[in-house]
Amino acid sequence: MAEKYVGKSIKRNEDRRLLTGNSTFIDDINLPGMLHVAIKRSDFAHAKINKIDVEKAKALPGVVAVYTAEDLGDYWRPGPLQVPPPSVIKGAIFNARPLECIAKHKIRFSGEPVAVVVAENRYIAEDALDLIDLDVEILPYVGDLEKTVAPDAPLIHEDLESNLAADVVQEVGSWEKAVAEADVVVKKRLLVNRVAGAALENRGIVVNWDSNLSLLTVWATTQGPIPMRNSIAKYLGLLENQVRLINPAIGGGFGPKIMSSQIDDVVIPWIAMKLKRPVKWIEDRRENFLATTSERDQLHYAEIALKKDGTILGVKDIFYHNTGAYNPYGMTVPLNTQAHTVSNYRVPNFLTEIKMVFTNQMVVTPVRGAGRPQGVFVMERLLDAAADELGMDKAEIRRINLLQPEDFPLRTGIIGQDFVEGVLDSGNYPYALEQTYEKIEYEKFKKEIQPKARAEGKYKGIGITMFTEGTAVGPYEGCKVLVGVTGKVSVVTAYSNQGQGHYTTFAQIAADNLGVKVTDVDVVTGDSGQWSWGVGAFASRGITLVGTAIHNASLKVREKALNLASKLLETPVDELEMEDGVVRVADMPEKFISLGDLAMRSNPTRGTVEPGMEPGLEAASYYGPPHGATGFGCLAMIVDVDPETGKIKIDRLVVTDDCGQPVNPMVVDGQLHGGLQMGIGEAFYENLVYDDYGQLVTASFMDYLFPQATDMPDKFEIIHSQTKSPLNPLGIKGVGEAGAIAPPACMMQAFEDALGLKDMFITESSINPSKLYHYVQKAKSA
Amino acid sequence: MTQKVKVAITVNGTLYEREVEPRLLLSDFIRHELGLKGTHVGCEHGLCGACTVLIDGHTARSCTLFTVMVDGSDIKTVESLGTMEEMHPIQEAFSEVHALQCGFCTPGFLMTTVEFLEGNPNPTAEEAREAIDGNFCRCTGYENIVEAVQLAAKKMAAH
Repeated sequence: MAEKYVGKSIKRNEDRRLLTGNSTFIDDINLPGMLHVAIKRSDFAHAKINKIDVEKAKALPGVVAVYTAEDLGDYWRPGPLQVPPPSVIKGAIFNARPLECIAKHKIRFSGEPVAVVVAENRYIAEDALDLIDLDVEILPYVGDLEKTVAPDAPLIHEDLESNLAADVVQEVGSWEKAVAEADVVVKKRLLVNRVAGAALENRGIVVNWDSNLSLLTVWATTQGPIPMRNSIAKYLGLLENQVRLINPAIGGGFGPKIMSSQIDDVVIPWIAMKLKRPVKWIEDRRENFLATTSERDQLHYAEIALKKDGTILGVKDIFYHNTGAYNPYGMTVPLNTQAHTVSNYRVPNFLTEIKMVFTNQMVVTPVRGAGRPQGVFVMERLLDAAADELGMDKAEIRRINLLQPEDFPLRTGIIGQDFVEGVLDSGNYPYALEQTYEKIEYEKFKKEIQPKARAEGKYKGIGITMFTEGTAVGPYEGCKVLVGVTGKVSVVTAYSNQGQGHYTTFAQIAADNLGVKVTDVDVVTGDSGQWSWGVGAFASRGITLVGTAIHNASLKVREKALNLASKLLETPVDELEMEDGVVRVADMPEKFISLGDLAMRSNPTRGTVEPGMEPGLEAASYYGPPHGATGFGCLAMIVDVDPETGKIKIDRLVVTDDCGQPVNPMVVDGQLHGGLQMGIGEAFYENLVYDDYGQLVTASFMDYLFPQATDMPDKFEIIHSQTKSPLNPLGIKGVGEAGAIAPPACMMQAFEDALGLKDMFITESSINPSKLYHYVQKAKSA
Repeated sequence: MTQKVKVAITVNGTLYEREVEPRLLLSDFIRHELGLKGTHVGCEHGLCGACTVLIDGHTARSCTLFTVMVDGSDIKTVESLGTMEEMHPIQEAFSEVHALQCGFCTPGFLMTTVEFLEGNPNPTAEEAREAIDGNFCRCTGYENIVEAVQLAAKKMAAH
């Protein structure tokens, strides 16, 4: 088999329809007789509901119905949890409080749904929202991560003793021992800010109920179509095949679109069945900011114990993790934080505790990075603080502590988000560090460029940080591959695509195995009517899990095609080749049969078949790895701080990334670009801020600073390293989140280096011009 | 309940005479009245630029205009560029250098590029970056879009 496509940068199959306005996104779906929903959301952060008066809203012409939690009757329920509790971890406490689709007795965050209006059009539905009267008893708001678990804090869930959502302790080795042996212990209180997924397309759902066919068709922007399908079927009393869940084209995901058991997937299908009319809900940007999930927001009390020469002896990290008003997505994010804190360096002793807390804020679930950036931020900041303490160079302290290629595979002893003990499957971290170090000319910068700039009154600094990206976790994904009667190939999966390029990368894998053009492979994603099984788009797992399933399924189809051709051409299989859409005799190219003809012949219509025969040039396959595959890399940046305005410019950005075998390097670069943009945004622009009353004051793009073109460096200088994963035949690892992980840690180090203040240490993952300006003033007077 | 207003608007060369509510947003008119769904709505407050169209040759945010405000205008949307079979050079350029991922923001970038290249047919990278600064993209980090704008300029010059 010739590898014509895997490993090559080729243009994407999906581009034409996206570029010409011929893709169907969720709001592009309009059905005859369709009704439109608008959601009444609470302006209060914490309140007891006395009464919701919807009579005036119902009376508005054009309004078809208004529903509150009471109207849902027994159908109303919290949850279920989308991720199970971490019971696999010894001693773990987890107080499950799944999401309430619509507030019934109590409001727990500003933006929580309290009523649903159904109307002939969206304009009328929104008019009616203003006519709903909400009578509540306001309760004290709690949003501080530490105060919320103080003894006198108001309870968010009254049936619990406190606002503690979970407590998980993991220890490898002995922190006490590390401290006893240490020459120095450095402590820091580190804060990680909160950011939005902010996909350009908001969420949405369209539902059509056909009572004659008993078929509920749901178009949804979910990143997890099959779990959502199952949940809808269970609670509406339908079979799986009576709910067809379809992903239309999706305008970016970045994590928050994976949430289900929200008002859209719980209530909208119920309304469509009740009213027997198609129903559409499209989220607006304000709703997306207020009530769709977001992430980060952790407070760490971190310590590192070292020898005088900089060798790490141990790390201790006790941290608060804000889960918002509910914890439907389990411990995914903070477990990722624990797993990634010690994933780059030799840390013989590690003690870590998660205190997950409830607050009166929107729910926290993964956003690109999903806990990884916090772990990396903590470790990298600790190393910077230790380097300062020991008078060491920032690159050097990393260099001497890095895990070495011969250390892999390495069992970390830390159970991760997949509930499996962490195994770092492969890596070459020193290579990543040294490549980046050389490319960005670290030494030249320190010796020549920086002093020269400083002499000219310019504040330039360099940062260099390591990261890993735990990718491609289980449990599994699957697919079906078919060679059709036209000779074209169909790949069908229920994985969800939000722009990652699957219509091309999945096709590249199948095309290589079946000897067809990549443009002759049609990929379907996220349609439960065509493929019934899967988990979802998270943890950078698509190309590895689905890609491997496609690889295996297409090899099965190849075998079927060759066996059939062998009979028809009366030639042994090992004398056949499969190229250019035909199977031919290797040394007699005129003796061939096309794949289309083979497909037609693979479904006999008379006669008998051999036992065990399976018709069609079709095969299904599932793939589930024993544990994740470890992507990794090194990020370095040179920043220029304008001392007059606190504005910054990233002069250079160099990243070495290793995601194993890239299927399409162009697409891999694109993933890195987007991730880096989000990471830079998190470090200097984006911030979700609540006021003292629980109101989100950054609920629009006027206040939430979305990173723009001129905020980015001129070029992302990317170096590729390829350490193939030993876990799958193609050696693939994920890359979707890699870019977003290290920028906050890297930029804070670079800012400190730029200003060169002795006692300056940035303890937050996000800074802004005014804070930086404050530091500049200090630097000038130093 | 609301009095409707007559408008006559030319979109992509076709004259549409319609009666619309005074509050109907231009983005909704284009998408849901005319069925031209290539124009996307990302924020509905004029920041993200996904809904950018050309009104009498100039870029505008269709989500912050009422339809009645553009009565008599000539509007161009992404559908005025190329087709699936024969793309416009700007669209070709975006595909060639991977300047789109999810594609949701892309029509806005394309229309911004159309106007920009008319005024500056041979832009530097810096000028191209400045030109697209008002359009948000979450997927690409903008680098490839800057490159695509410059490549599009070259392609258009060669046409």
